[in-house]
Amino acid sequence: MPHDDIEILEERRNQVFRKGEGAAEIACGKRSAAGSVSQRACVFCGSRVVLYPIADALHVVHGPIGCAAYTWDIRGAHSSGPQLHRNSFSTDLQEKDVIFGGEKKLAAALRELIAACSPKAAFVYSTCITGLIGDDVDAVCKTISKEAGIPVIPVESPGFSGTKKDGYRAACEAIYKLIGTGDISGISPHSINLLGEFNIAGETWIMKDYFRRIGIQVVSCISGDGRVDEIRRCHGAKLNLVQCSGSMTHLAKRLNDEYGIPFQRISFFGIEDTAAAIYGAAGVFGDPEIESRARDLVKQELLKIQPELRRYRKILKGKKAAIYVGGAFKAFSLVRALRSLGMRTVLVGSQTGNPQDYEQLKELCDPGTVIVDDSNPLELAKFCLEKDVDLFIGGVKERPIAYKLGIGFCDHNHERKEALAGFEGMLNFAKEVHASVMSPVWNYVPRRANRKQERMAA
Amino acid sequence: MIEEFSLTEEPKAPDLSHCTAATRNACKLCTPLGACLVFRGIEGAIPFLHGSQGCSTYIRRYLISHFREPMDIAASNFNEDSAVFGGAKNLHAGLKNVSRQYKPALIGVATTCLSETIGEDMAALLLDCRRAIPDLPPVVHVSTASYRGSHIDGFHDAVTALIDQLVLPPDPHGGVNLLPGMLSTADLRHLRELVEAFGLPVTMLPDYSDTLDGPTWMDYEALPEGGTSVEAIRRMSGARATLEFGDTLRFTRRTAATNLAERFGVVRENLGTPIGLRATEAMIQALERISGRPCPPAITAERGRLLDSMVDAHKVVFGKRAVVYGEADLVIGLTSFLCEIGVEPVLCASGGKSEHFPTALRVAVPELPSTCMVRDNMDFADIDALGKELKPDVLIGNSKGYGMARALDIPLVHAGFPIHDRLGGQRVLHVGYRGAQQFYDQIVNTFLARKQEKSTVGYSYL
Repeated sequence: MPHDDIEILEERRNQVFRKGEGAAEIACGKRSAAGSVSQRACVFCGSRVVLYPIADALHVVHGPIGCAAYTWDIRGAHSSGPQLHRNSFSTDLQEKDVIFGGEKKLAAALRELIAACSPKAAFVYSTCITGLIGDDVDAVCKTISKEAGIPVIPVESPGFSGTKKDGYRAACEAIYKLIGTGDISGISPHSINLLGEFNIAGETWIMKDYFRRIGIQVVSCISGDGRVDEIRRCHGAKLNLVQCSGSMTHLAKRLNDEYGIPFQRISFFGIEDTAAAIYGAAGVFGDPEIESRARDLVKQELLKIQPELRRYRKILKGKKAAIYVGGAFKAFSLVRALRSLGMRTVLVGSQTGNPQDYEQLKELCDPGTVIVDDSNPLELAKFCLEKDVDLFIGGVKERPIAYKLGIGFCDHNHERKEALAGFEGMLNFAKEVHASVMSPVWNYVPRRANRKQERMAA
Repeated sequence: MIEEFSLTEEPKAPDLSHCTAATRNACKLCTPLGACLVFRGIEGAIPFLHGSQGCSTYIRRYLISHFREPMDIAASNFNEDSAVFGGAKNLHAGLKNVSRQYKPALIGVATTCLSETIGEDMAALLLDCRRAIPDLPPVVHVSTASYRGSHIDGFHDAVTALIDQLVLPPDPHGGVNLLPGMLSTADLRHLRELVEAFGLPVTMLPDYSDTLDGPTWMDYEALPEGGTSVEAIRRMSGARATLEFGDTLRFTRRTAATNLAERFGVVRENLGTPIGLRATEAMIQALERISGRPCPPAITAERGRLLDSMVDAHKVVFGKRAVVYGEADLVIGLTSFLCEIGVEPVLCASGGKSEHFPTALRVAVPELPSTCMVRDNMDFADIDALGKELKPDVLIGNSKGYGMARALDIPLVHAGFPIHDRLGGQRVLHVGYRGAQQFYDQIVNTFLARKQEKSTVGYSYL
């Protein structure tokens, strides 16, 4: 249907905003409207994505098979050692379990799996029906924990019990149970934790390399390339850097309140943000040597990539982009990163942004930019067409929307295989944007080919 | 350098063979996925899940990664209140919103484990919605509790529900019904071509060959073109016969085809999924019988070319040991073909529970060696454990066997669903002589490439 005919659902009208027009505020943090094909998943998903990269923990999904099957080895979250997290374990509840309860099955599954895999901890995810059938997952976890001598942690994640954000919170609470239980001796006074960084395509390693070079110790990354023992002692770090703020601000706040560890919101996407993150962390310790090393590092890294970036900028200048991502933090960085490539963001949105996030987005974006919260395929298609974008940045579910309309697409979600963080990541990003926008295939895709002809005629 | 942080040596995988209480790396998906796929194959239809939002999002992501096409699934988006007091309000709001935004010709409602556990009376709820929403399109609902069965059961149950709830009293039209089962978009297109080659008008249910494998668009298509029309489904009662593919269905008491046979006297022709020489021949013979026409020469020629290629390469594949896994009826079809070409299946595994699978397989492929293990209700840890003992030369199945293929250092020949690690997975052709030909070439060349790669001296001719 023509994009003018695509209707915005009434319940959603205040979740769509055009900079410089209409209402002052964008509504967000709401439950998704029934019948709107939201790009969000559920509470379980929120918990699962955050905890998934902890590689030496056992992850058991207590429920029918779907929840575990759809989350088997789905993130490109690399581990430098154990690969246990890449398995999918489920109690695969059957009808008789739903009637008589699944506690025994869960206990048996945990006993067997802990014996076979020797994990450092176990996470037990509850799903929609766990609570409904009255299973006492906490009690099972306590029993098994005592027996096995490892933390067995229930994750409160029934799908219907909120939004994906509530799942993030449940994951933070689960992680928090580990924190404070490890030995913090030997931790450098110049030390940090990386929160909300998931080591997609090895990005954590890029950051760890930067911090090592400037003399800052990374005590724990939560949860990319995550290890239970590192999380247990992460309260010994002097600063928390929070990247995915949507998922990890809750944990950072608790660590601040209860251990007095300050936190900074940072991002390693794009040159400006990466440099700001490094300088921000380096400045905290009051050590001029660290600061000077930080400056040297940024300079060195920029020198490596800038000539090539300039070449891409020349080609990409003036192209228009749409961004739809899970967390708003990434949207800020992407707007800036695209700008540094000479591109304009004309549509931007997120699944789980909060009011401050959207305020910040409004300030950052150019007039006329459409900002959406918890959008759906029809709306995204409508605005991509209206704004006539050249590029869409999103995840798997957004990709076919772009491709069907002959729009270049760049995957910035957790399935991506290219590292996009840090300075080298920025170069990878520029390369991918270039390949997405400049491919000759668009000349043959009817909608784009027509557009080109129309432009030429004009 | 970041290399010092990354993985240097792959750790030994734990032995999961004794952990039988849990399902480890499932070789199945949940029932609503099958139902959503079926509803996507109906013209102008939108699938709608009555339950949590996550179910629809996960299923969308999973299907999109295979088909690489938009796959919109609406949901009633349960919250705590709906879980306690029932989802009537959300169902009502959801159906209303989806009708307005998508203007569908049909809404296919599938339940989830959540709405099933709280005991939603779907018939009553939908009747209330019908009264309250004046312009609500036809709604078909299917019960798909994910704690009962797997995705293939959801698939068949959705087909049955469509027939049960839409078909009108017969008006004989001489066409045939085709219930293909869960096949690729290329399979569905080829099946239509084959049936039409006998001059038979066909209603294929479902038909997602266009809706999940179409061209790019000028404008955004809320619901892509293609699919079985509701009108055609209504008229399935007037067909000459129903061709129903799936050996295990023959042993199942109630199927969509038995529904049409019992209610309207439409002849049920149950056949194996037409993979390989014999199963395709059986389908061709059935089409000759129904149409009264001989097989068109072009199809006979394809059979001839297939046989010729089987002669050319027989030594390459002979005696190779294969593990085949996936949905029961797909595995039966693939196994039948493997036995025709001299590959020895050593394990045939189905992920879902399928009590008729071993019997149906032995009947369809009588020459299958008695030593070949035939198991249902398997997960990848089971298949892995047996695989290590059986020392196969090749794995045949969906992309989820990749880890096992990597661990055993043997090739994986992709077939079935899902294929997430290659492009074009939706276009793998399994059926007919043409499908057998393509599949055969792929197996043969996989072995040839492997031998060439492992050769110490290398060679450029055979």
